[in-house]
Amino acid sequence: MSSIAINGGANRTAAFYESVVGKKAVMAATGFVLCGFVLGHMAGNLQVYQGEAKLNHYAALLQGLGGGLWAIRGVLLLCAVLHGWTAFQLWRLKNDARPQPYVKKASIATTYAARTMLWSGPIIGAFLVYHILHFTTGGAHPDFRAGEVYRNVVTGFRNPAASVFYIIANILLAIHLYHGVWSMFQSLGVNHPQYTPKLKLLAKAYAWVVGLGNVSIPIAVLTGVVGASVK
Amino acid sequence: MKIILNIWRQRDAKSAGKMVRYEVPNASEHMSFLEMLDVLNEELTRKGEDPVTFEHDCREGICGCCGFMIDGVPHGPQRGTTVCQLHMRHYKDGDELWLEPFRAKAFPVLKDLMVDRSAFDRVIAAGGFISVNTGSAPDGNALPVVKKCSDMAMDAAACIGCGACVASCPNASASLFVSAKISHLGLLPQGQAERDRRAMRMVMKMTEEGFGYCTNTGECEAVCPKGIKIENIARMHRDYLKSAFTYREESQAGGAG
Amino acid sequence: MALNLDAKIPSGPVEQKWQKAKFEMKLVNPANKRKYTVIVVGSGLAGGAAAASLGELGYNVKCFCFQDSPRRAHSIAAQGGINAAKNYQNDGDSVYRLFYDTVKGGDFRAREANVYRLAEVSVDIIDQCVAQGVPFAREYGGVLANRSFGGAQVSRTFYARGQTGQQLLLGCYQALERQVDAGRVKMFYRHEMLDLVVVDGRARGIITRDMVTGAIDCHVADAVCLATGGYGNVFYLSTNAKGSNATAIWRAYKKGAGFANPCFTQIHPTCIPQSGDYQSKLTLMSESLRNDGRIWVPKTKNDTRDPNTITEGERDYYLERRYPAFGNLCPRDIASRAAKVACDEGYGVGPGGRGVYLDFSESIGRLGQNTIAERYGNLFEIYERITGEDPYKTPMRIYPAVHYTMGGLWVDYNLQSTIPGLFVLGEANFSDHGANRLGASALMQGLADGYFVIPYTMGNYLAGVKPGGVDETHGEFRGAREEVEQRTKKLLSIKGKKTVDDLHRELGKVMWEDCGMGRTAQGLEHALERIPEIREEFWKNVNVPGSGTELNQSLERAGRVADFLELG
Repeated sequence: MSSIAINGGANRTAAFYESVVGKKAVMAATGFVLCGFVLGHMAGNLQVYQGEAKLNHYAALLQGLGGGLWAIRGVLLLCAVLHGWTAFQLWRLKNDARPQPYVKKASIATTYAARTMLWSGPIIGAFLVYHILHFTTGGAHPDFRAGEVYRNVVTGFRNPAASVFYIIANILLAIHLYHGVWSMFQSLGVNHPQYTPKLKLLAKAYAWVVGLGNVSIPIAVLTGVVGASVK
Repeated sequence: MKIILNIWRQRDAKSAGKMVRYEVPNASEHMSFLEMLDVLNEELTRKGEDPVTFEHDCREGICGCCGFMIDGVPHGPQRGTTVCQLHMRHYKDGDELWLEPFRAKAFPVLKDLMVDRSAFDRVIAAGGFISVNTGSAPDGNALPVVKKCSDMAMDAAACIGCGACVASCPNASASLFVSAKISHLGLLPQGQAERDRRAMRMVMKMTEEGFGYCTNTGECEAVCPKGIKIENIARMHRDYLKSAFTYREESQAGGAG
Repeated sequence: MALNLDAKIPSGPVEQKWQKAKFEMKLVNPANKRKYTVIVVGSGLAGGAAAASLGELGYNVKCFCFQDSPRRAHSIAAQGGINAAKNYQNDGDSVYRLFYDTVKGGDFRAREANVYRLAEVSVDIIDQCVAQGVPFAREYGGVLANRSFGGAQVSRTFYARGQTGQQLLLGCYQALERQVDAGRVKMFYRHEMLDLVVVDGRARGIITRDMVTGAIDCHVADAVCLATGGYGNVFYLSTNAKGSNATAIWRAYKKGAGFANPCFTQIHPTCIPQSGDYQSKLTLMSESLRNDGRIWVPKTKNDTRDPNTITEGERDYYLERRYPAFGNLCPRDIASRAAKVACDEGYGVGPGGRGVYLDFSESIGRLGQNTIAERYGNLFEIYERITGEDPYKTPMRIYPAVHYTMGGLWVDYNLQSTIPGLFVLGEANFSDHGANRLGASALMQGLADGYFVIPYTMGNYLAGVKPGGVDETHGEFRGAREEVEQRTKKLLSIKGKKTVDDLHRELGKVMWEDCGMGRTAQGLEHALERIPEIREEFWKNVNVPGSGTELNQSLERAGRVADFLELG
């Protein structure tokens, strides 16, 4: 007799997560939330091009949300942790599923982005920690001034090492999204011969927009396009 | 033409294996790949060496027995073709090839290029069927089936269970195989009654057998000799997610005593 | 030995025999069914359907297959379709007509009572398969589609693209796996039956070899079903799978089961010809190709020119010339024989002169390439994949090949052989096709035997015997097992000069030349002389490498070829 038993309640949630499809659904759902954040975050940050007042006003607006801000942060943190933890488990599963590797293996359909998801992910995670220390709490910023977001961005990016790290991490993020955005629809069961090719195009466009948008800021600072007024 | 082969030799499931180099000096371009291996095996037998074990049966691309990696690709370079249908005219004199068994925890190597794929049978046994006892069927035309659904079900049902999808997947996932069966039966009206249960149980069994997960790389679709599409995998995910929310175990109350 | 060949055909008019037989059959109490063990050897359409159906009824079933999964059985390779007297097309079909056509097609040598039953249950087969989820072709309205097949006057063939056998087998396999999950059927993969065990005149079990570990085991049962297919591979080259073998039925024959009509072999005219000595099997292409293709050979012997440079006047459309009424659509046996005659006389084309042209240029000119591609696209693709030639540009080369064996173990109306308790199903028996099988009838017979006949007749037999009573320590089991071990040891000890395939090829050549199409007294006598010689050489000079306690494909082949050499 088959050993499969499907129970109710807490067991049921555990069983859902236990399966390979359940884990991927968690990856996709949390990825979806994080994608939304990434886009919104970038759109907000692009206000740096509209000058110091505009950006600082936007930052104050977010701070003014109070408990709401913390709720959003909580959700995002939860998603990021789940996304990361599930990825870790999947990585272990991957190794379990093929204990003996091939002597020779060719990839004929896998894109560079798909192949590197498990590498780009943790690097982006590490970057995220640095990013929060750098611009949110200021612990990793040599000249951090609370509330002066515009100034912090400009002085932070004037350090070429920090900027290079930002650029690399954001390119990785774009690559991660290049595969991830399409993939999350597939994982949640959305695939149609008519719409999927368009969805894939949209995912690529999204990755390019986020990548270019985010990378442009440190470059703009380094080239003096942004922040010339800050001494 | 001369072909140089590096073949994975492994005595049994417990032994360690290694690559061994062989030469087939007189392969003909009209031979199938397996016939070329037959020639090598005849030669090895004559020399008193152990011939190379590989699985094969119908040799016309339908039974799903054959399959191993040629230069890192299941069934070799020709798309939509099993290795028994691959012919040597796709190679040239002096080519050097690497032959390896399909590798996955769920497919332990039995000998040389032969693996045990019975995990597939166990996944089917978990729910890949429609429960209808012999003799209890209504008339074949009692239930009309939308032609498009029937055709899509047939597309999915064309799977020969060779395991190339698992072999090529960077995560050794069986998603394409399992989803093909879930799609085949789930697209037909006859398969609706058990649709939730089927998706739930087959996905659980697939996990239990030690197959990996799908990262949507599309590698399986590219090597599938029968052109099964990853659209089926999305359908499996959909059915599984739906069933995760709606599935109920059968009532324990029992029938009329 | 005098065989009791009482066919046990029920009395009464042919239309009522099966109803009457079903009513008169003894039944096994539902609570007692699990006490009976039934062995089913083979997991194709007949064996798989039998194992699943007997499991559903509640018997304790053990099913054996030599492949790695029941889904690999060679039933899977059938392309065309399955006949059923549904008369969905309103074109005058009926059970009686399907019965009549089958008997007539078999040259009136089939057992009529069996054939009528076959036609009768054919309708239930379709219902059963549809319910299992077999994706048969459909019309836009959602109803089942049919086509006319193999020259039938009515459209009674159901099909699933060109993969009907595969889809029917998967339906059957799924039903079987469902019983495996329910614990009713125990499946033995990679097990080859090497002998039948008969105790007190009843079939009581089999001896098997585990093909992975080499272990020789006894399996005890109350009845044994053989559904092990045909013996076409005795010809070495055939359209059968490489593993298809006659060992099970041959061992049963050696234990006293009657073998009927071994000479009835179907040779299919449209196969892709052999390209060299290394050739391991032949690939069949649907006969429908003859609807639009014209068959010819050059008028001069040994003409090796490019066929496209041979002018109309230099071609001999021999079928059209000799059978102007039928032309290229003459029956299978005639088309096959004519091709062999043309090649034997030196007019053949391609490697070794073993082929005739099947030319589509005229129909491409008349109907356009698109129409031809629509009708035969996938077949043209198969041909191109194997030969590397484009049949749209160069005429195809075809040659006849052994395809199906109508002969097999003798069975009575209940599918029981001359050994009580030994039942034989599908291609392995002899009863339903007479001297020639009609297209799309093999699938029908396999499923009829497995789904709708054996569940009744097996019950009738088991109701008359007590379950159990014998175990593997019985002398007959021990003896049979020892014999199998000795035989295996013998095969491994010869270590001669020739490989198993060398000798199998030699046997095949003799069989094809002397016992294939157009048999002559002289040829048959030659074969009678040659085969014992090859057999003798086999047992003196075969080289089977390796040992018996491991996975050894050479040993598996050697055992099968040894049996072919006796059967041949």
